[in-house]
Amino acid sequence: MSDDIETEFETEGVEKKFMFLNRKAPYGTIYALEMLETVLISAAFDQDVSLVFMDDGVYQLKKGCDTKSVNMKNFSSTYKALGDYDIQKLYVERESLEARGLTVDDLTEVVYEDEDDDWAEKPAIRVVSRDEIAVLMEEQDVVISA
Amino acid sequence: MLHLVNKSPFERQAFESCLGVARKGSAILLIEDGVYAALKNTPFEAKVTEAIKDVKICVLGPDLEARGVDQVIEGVEVVDYGGFVDLTTEHNPVQSWL
Repeated sequence: MSDDIETEFETEGVEKKFMFLNRKAPYGTIYALEMLETVLISAAFDQDVSLVFMDDGVYQLKKGCDTKSVNMKNFSSTYKALGDYDIQKLYVERESLEARGLTVDDLTEVVYEDEDDDWAEKPAIRVVSRDEIAVLMEEQDVVISA
Repeated sequence: MLHLVNKSPFERQAFESCLGVARKGSAILLIEDGVYAALKNTPFEAKVTEAIKDVKICVLGPDLEARGVDQVIEGVEVVDYGGFVDLTTEHNPVQSWL
């Protein structure tokens, strides 16, 4: 009887739009690191992944983080590797950057290779307005927020 | 007295509430995500500059470095862990704004 029971997940070819919404500063709480690990897992499942950084989340991409003196794992360099996981869309909210006196030049550079353009390296970070994020958010199947 | 603030001023009200009650001769030490309040070009810069006239405002250097930020408002003193200890011995009581 139990031989007939077979669990099968039909996920082959199913691609959903996942948005990971980052709103917390990087090292004061565990949220940013946990989210980053979730993002890396999602990348293994060939999903349509985008990341959004707004509010204090924009600090996650700040260049030059050095965690030696606080004895914490420095995960800032992991953002730079997201392109290697074929994560091509990192949206940073312009209003949040401006409120913190930051520009895109203050952020870690993240690039991906565009297979439709002879693997040319392209910037993954796109600075967009709050209104543009609102539109993107409504297009998603799943939004994961932290 | 010494006020310790460890929350981002963008996310919580702790820093501004602290400014509201910090009296002349007191000190405020910004640590962890509280260090963002010590930075230039934010909506909090003017409040910090004003508060510095009466209150000593310090920020923990290692927490600035961890976050990759160094544009500290003039008059805010950057301290190390030793400086943190000194502040706790020089001031009494010590309050943590959670």
